Amino acid sequence: MKFWIIAAAALALTACGEKATTSTPADASYQETLMTQLLDAQPGDIIEIPEGTFSFDRSLSLAVDGVTIRGQGMDKSILTFKDQVAGAEGLIVTASDFTIEDLAIEDTKGDALKITKGENIIIRRVRTEWTGGPKTSNGAYGIYPVQTKNVLMEENVAIAAADAGLYIGQSQNVVVRNNRAEYNVAGIEIENTMDADVYGNVATNNTGGILVFNMPNLSQPGARTRVFNNDVTNNNTKNFGHKGTPVASIPAGSGVVVNSNDQVEIFGNRITGNKTANIIVASVYSSGLSQDGMSADFDPYPEGIYVYDNELGDGGKNPDGLDLQALKIAKFGPLGALPDVLWDGFVNPDKRDGAALPLTEILCVQNDGSEIINVDAPNGYKNPRLAARDHDCAMEKLTPITLTGPLAE
Amino acid sequence: MRKLAALLVLLLAACGGDEAPPPTFHGDNNPQRLSDWGMMAADQDALQLGDGVTPYDLATPLFTDYALKLRTVWMAEGAATYDPEDAFDFPVGTVLTKTFFYPVKGDEWTGAVSYGDEHTVKDGVMTLDGYRLMETRILVRRDAGWAALPYIWNDDQTDAVLKRTGAVMPLTLHRPDGRAEDFAYVVPNANQCAACHATNAITKALQPIGPKARHLNKRSTFSPAFNQLDYWIAAGLLTGDFTDDATAKQSADWTDGSLPLAARARAYLDINCSHCHNPGGAADTSGLDLEPDATGPAMGHCKSPIAAGSGSGGRPFDIVPGHPEQSITVFRMETTDPGAMMPELGRSTAHDEGVALVAQWIAEMEGACG
Repeated sequence: MKFWIIAAAALALTACGEKATTSTPADASYQETLMTQLLDAQPGDIIEIPEGTFSFDRSLSLAVDGVTIRGQGMDKSILTFKDQVAGAEGLIVTASDFTIEDLAIEDTKGDALKITKGENIIIRRVRTEWTGGPKTSNGAYGIYPVQTKNVLMEENVAIAAADAGLYIGQSQNVVVRNNRAEYNVAGIEIENTMDADVYGNVATNNTGGILVFNMPNLSQPGARTRVFNNDVTNNNTKNFGHKGTPVASIPAGSGVVVNSNDQVEIFGNRITGNKTANIIVASVYSSGLSQDGMSADFDPYPEGIYVYDNELGDGGKNPDGLDLQALKIAKFGPLGALPDVLWDGFVNPDKRDGAALPLTEILCVQNDGSEIINVDAPNGYKNPRLAARDHDCAMEKLTPITLTGPLAE
Repeated sequence: MRKLAALLVLLLAACGGDEAPPPTFHGDNNPQRLSDWGMMAADQDALQLGDGVTPYDLATPLFTDYALKLRTVWMAEGAATYDPEDAFDFPVGTVLTKTFFYPVKGDEWTGAVSYGDEHTVKDGVMTLDGYRLMETRILVRRDAGWAALPYIWNDDQTDAVLKRTGAVMPLTLHRPDGRAEDFAYVVPNANQCAACHATNAITKALQPIGPKARHLNKRSTFSPAFNQLDYWIAAGLLTGDFTDDATAKQSADWTDGSLPLAARARAYLDINCSHCHNPGGAADTSGLDLEPDATGPAMGHCKSPIAAGSGSGGRPFDIVPGHPEQSITVFRMETTDPGAMMPELGRSTAHDEGVALVAQWIAEMEGACG
């Protein structure tokens, strides 16, 4: 009896099934599996990625809070997007309480991993890489949390992004530690972000090592970033960014760059071998942006920048760009070098009571034996001057970041 | 044995046969077949709308690789509430559909598609001779909010099957100038539906995009004696604080050369971009706002990109007045590189005519970026 029912049911279902032939594409084995897991995920789920290399032709996306994606290691579980035909990212996450760890995302057409508008985000031991090395046609960002809060990025590896390897934008309360960024245009970039600690990272062979930027027209300005105990060496890769993007104006050979950001503390780093300058402090006016294209409330001047106790050396020997090259030769001779700290010299003429801030509120450098050059960019580099004495001052130190909630340590 | 007979009858009935089910709201399950919704039935010759299923169209539609589109609205009960700016507030039990189809190039279906003039339903029936149904997307308003479900039409063109992970279908587009272009027609997965329909990226709540006053405020294609908003009111689909179509906002028809260029270009950017590029949308990370009222750097005037990567195309600003060839906006519309193009989803080909419109608008702008 039971057999007959099953057989009859099977017959009936087959009859239905024949009508319902679909045009499902042939080979989509693991892509379908992972996409379905991401669609059906429930809070608390752990999605395990097995060992192996898996190919995708479209972006992956996750929109459920409280999910962990876990591979077997950044060299074992590899998601490759070489054959991607659609989607601007490899994986885009629009969710909170998200953890991703121990996997690699390779050769995406756009950004590798983008996380927007979430809180309590952990990105750990993830590798993002364009396997053909630095190329302008590579995707923009490796690991890219934006408009997020309470974020930990640690022990990741980012290679060959055409914009920034590790980028955090428009976010709050962030720790970026013990990562490795190499052969990107920008190794690590903190942009329009409030309260970030960036430490224990290695940034090498990028165009610029570690960037702390503010850009106009965005939802929030950034401030209060501590960059400390990092190894920022030999970031001399030719700029391969796309013209028009903010990082395309970064001279090759930039160690740590502060642009238009406020309250940035740079200490205890080893910053060496960066051929334009080991540390650059600049305004957005040095980045080729249109003044007509800036929101009226944007503050383009870096202020409250405090540099101390870094190991600086072997920088400034071959600056990128005609202006700086000419300046170096004129001022220091063909065999000389630009000083360790380069400031573009833009100040807000009307910051307080109709006057500029004293230099000691703009930039302080207490770094044994380090010289500073104000390159006088506002006047076309006409009167560059050594300025260590003007900036021999201290500032109040920033409070360390405390990650909160599920990320509390 | 009687049990068995009853079971067989039940199972066969489930197959449907020729009788299309009436329009049905599925409040908590996702039927595997489009026909289970009863919004439309197709039999190779024609597609017929279910009882009370109302077709509508938009002043300027989203571009989707030149697919033609049939949009319908149906409500289990009640009516949508008018809103002068945002998508109307539809009651639980609303089912919106959008069916994507192409004029077939040639006698047999080989994946070759061509441009076609508008083809749509007349008196609830749309002929299918010479057309290929690709997919139907359902937006259903449930207790918990809107849900998006993609259905892919079968080879027989008799029903469509739920495919939550989406699909890629290789097609060839034959452009009017004779160029043939292979492209990947992409059916979005359910999360990608949200990438456009979660128009507020903070709440992440899905919303319809088309049914807004300004997009619907036009002469009805289906009942030409009526303005479409007036028709919705008369048909009981819309209630609320609506005075008349003359005072309601109105998007331009982007193809109507008698309308001002700026109005047509802004209408095009609105429907194609502003679901993400609005002050609370997913793309507010870029600082670019393409809603119709945005001005200055917010709408791209002399604005530097933020995180565009290859999307800058090596150009300095989103809009350089007088210079479409220097404007990132135009580059992003022209390119088909997935990492650089805009919109990020929904097209694999360039919309030459849309690009030309926006380029012309920028070309006629005065001023420069200082």
